[in-house]
Amino acid sequence: MPAIVPAEARPHRASAFLHRHPGVRLGALLSAPMLWYFVMYLAALALLFLTAFWSQDSFTSQIIRELTFENVEEVLTTPVYRSVTLQTIGVAATVTVLCIVLALPAAFFAAKVARPRARRALIVMFLVPLWASYLVKAYAWRGLLSESGVINWVLEPFGLSGPGFSTVAVILVLTYLWLPYMILPIYVSLDRLPNSLLDASGDLGARAGTTFRSVVLPIILPGIAAGSIFTFSLSMGDYIAVSLVGGDELLLGNVIYNNIAGGGNTPLGAALALVSVIIIMLYLLLVRRTGALKEL
Amino acid sequence: MEDPVHRKRLLAVGALIASASLVLAACGSDDGESDSGSSATPPDFSALEELGENEGEVRVIAWPGYVEDGSTAKGVDWVTPFEEETGCEVSLTTFGTSDESFTKMGSGEYDVISASGDASRRLIYAGLVDPFNLELSEHYDDIYSDLKDKSWNTVDGVSYGVPHGRGANLLMYNTEKVKPAPTSWAPTWEADSPYAGSVTAYDNAIFIADAALYLKATQPDLGIENPYALDEEQLAAAKELLIQQKELVGEYWSDYTKTLESFSNGDTLIGTTWQVITNFAQDGGAPVEAILPAEGSTGWSDTWMVAHDSPNVNCAYAWVNHVSSPGVQAQIAEWFGEAPANELACDLTENPDHCTIFHAGDTAYWEDVYYWETPTEDCADGRDVACTNYADWIAAWNEVRGS
Repeated sequence: MPAIVPAEARPHRASAFLHRHPGVRLGALLSAPMLWYFVMYLAALALLFLTAFWSQDSFTSQIIRELTFENVEEVLTTPVYRSVTLQTIGVAATVTVLCIVLALPAAFFAAKVARPRARRALIVMFLVPLWASYLVKAYAWRGLLSESGVINWVLEPFGLSGPGFSTVAVILVLTYLWLPYMILPIYVSLDRLPNSLLDASGDLGARAGTTFRSVVLPIILPGIAAGSIFTFSLSMGDYIAVSLVGGDELLLGNVIYNNIAGGGNTPLGAALALVSVIIIMLYLLLVRRTGALKEL
Repeated sequence: MEDPVHRKRLLAVGALIASASLVLAACGSDDGESDSGSSATPPDFSALEELGENEGEVRVIAWPGYVEDGSTAKGVDWVTPFEEETGCEVSLTTFGTSDESFTKMGSGEYDVISASGDASRRLIYAGLVDPFNLELSEHYDDIYSDLKDKSWNTVDGVSYGVPHGRGANLLMYNTEKVKPAPTSWAPTWEADSPYAGSVTAYDNAIFIADAALYLKATQPDLGIENPYALDEEQLAAAKELLIQQKELVGEYWSDYTKTLESFSNGDTLIGTTWQVITNFAQDGGAPVEAILPAEGSTGWSDTWMVAHDSPNVNCAYAWVNHVSSPGVQAQIAEWFGEAPANELACDLTENPDHCTIFHAGDTAYWEDVYYWETPTEDCADGRDVACTNYADWIAAWNEVRGS
């Protein structure tokens, strides 16, 4: 029988080696995320961008790999793409504003007013929608908004009717879907705001409005900014909810989907995807200019 | 303001963009020549010479309703007998539009496809399917002769598959809310339709042909002969009609489950459909009926084709033989609501009048049904002008949907 070496005396060769070679250590730590980032993430994006500058055989739909600016030109000059893009920005902005309006009081109540136990319950409640699959939620809303759905059934006695399948329905559903992404960052930043600051502001004679403007808002602005990045960019790219509850409406995401997965014109779809990416980048720059990102 | 770190980052971004554009230029010059001109003739592939041993699996991509294993409805099953008989296990993917079938076929993940005319020719020219050796088909002799040797299944005398069957896109309506019962497509197109907001339409560029067909009947001045051969002026007129229709449309559909649900809930009252969807809706108790309107209709003529270099080619041929046999043809024709391609199927349908109702052998009837095909610059009606091609149709369709 071989002698049993006590665990502590065994040389940890691997860890000793890593200790002596900080470069290898760093490499081992970062290789997986870097591989993911460059191969899966950047390469996929780069391929998409490349496709935007190729064209497609009008009959066989085969990609023709010759540099052309046709698609970009078509996207920029065709009025319909402009109007769809503007409408998409409009929907994304409305959803973002609605999310902020709904999330602020909810997060404030959870962070500052509720008792600790209720607070935990509230956080769980805010997160519950995230536990269900996106599709389940979107289909649930399709059922709610349908002609014979619950919303019409409730409104009917009052002589009203629901929004049906329309842009309003899209805004409603997207707001519902993305609200948790807005509540959480605002809650976290409110949680960091010491109660004593609120008291001090009140003691110095500030009304609620003034306290909110000059004490609360500057502190939670980064949270709002972070949340709005989620809600805005998720809304910009969404097409499933739109196709389920949008009726005959469509947004940029649908046009991209129809052209790429639906077998339309892949290079044109890629060029439209570029538009979407550029808008989100512009939005990020805008948020950065407000200085909100520095505080994250 | 300009700190060194910031400058460095800017440089890095600049370098990235620069290298990306280099890659772009390189790719552009490398592959440019090899790919151009691919549409002139189909690639020179050869068909399977003789059948070998079955591989044990076959990956089928088909229209919903063509491949049933009893899971959709009890007793509707022609997959299980095939699997037992041949040992080829069937895995099925369905699609909602021909464009979708074409895109999915491009992935190389499938062995055999039921392709409509607006996909089959593209599949042939794009090199995604192999020629079909008709000597290995057990039932080709029994196929209606007006389905054989057509532009969507044969190129230069080379056959690319076995005809599956044909049918017309129908007008479905809610019998309780739509009164009087329609006999024309008009309530789905005209601005004064009483069903505004409850009309449905097919969500694909090929639906432009439906608009063109309606214009053919209502605006003879436009001179539309074949709804797939539109010059620029005619396409513009069709686009205008589709934009007018958009005001009436509650929902577009390409997923048949969506339109089924929409009709069943009363969200949609009238619009284009397939017979199989009507069957499903009626089974579920929805008050709907489907008719072939007076203006005629667009339709489909499908072909079973085998993927290029399919690793399961023997099972694929076995499947095509199974699916074109009289018994299975009768089952599919009744389930999907179409005319079978195999003449002998007409003696085996549960409803003995099925083939009469669906005009299986009625050559004159099919002259008024315009099978889906891909529009090209060469006008399908033989006119000596430049017709709009499918890319133009896609662009027009994008404008309709985005308007």
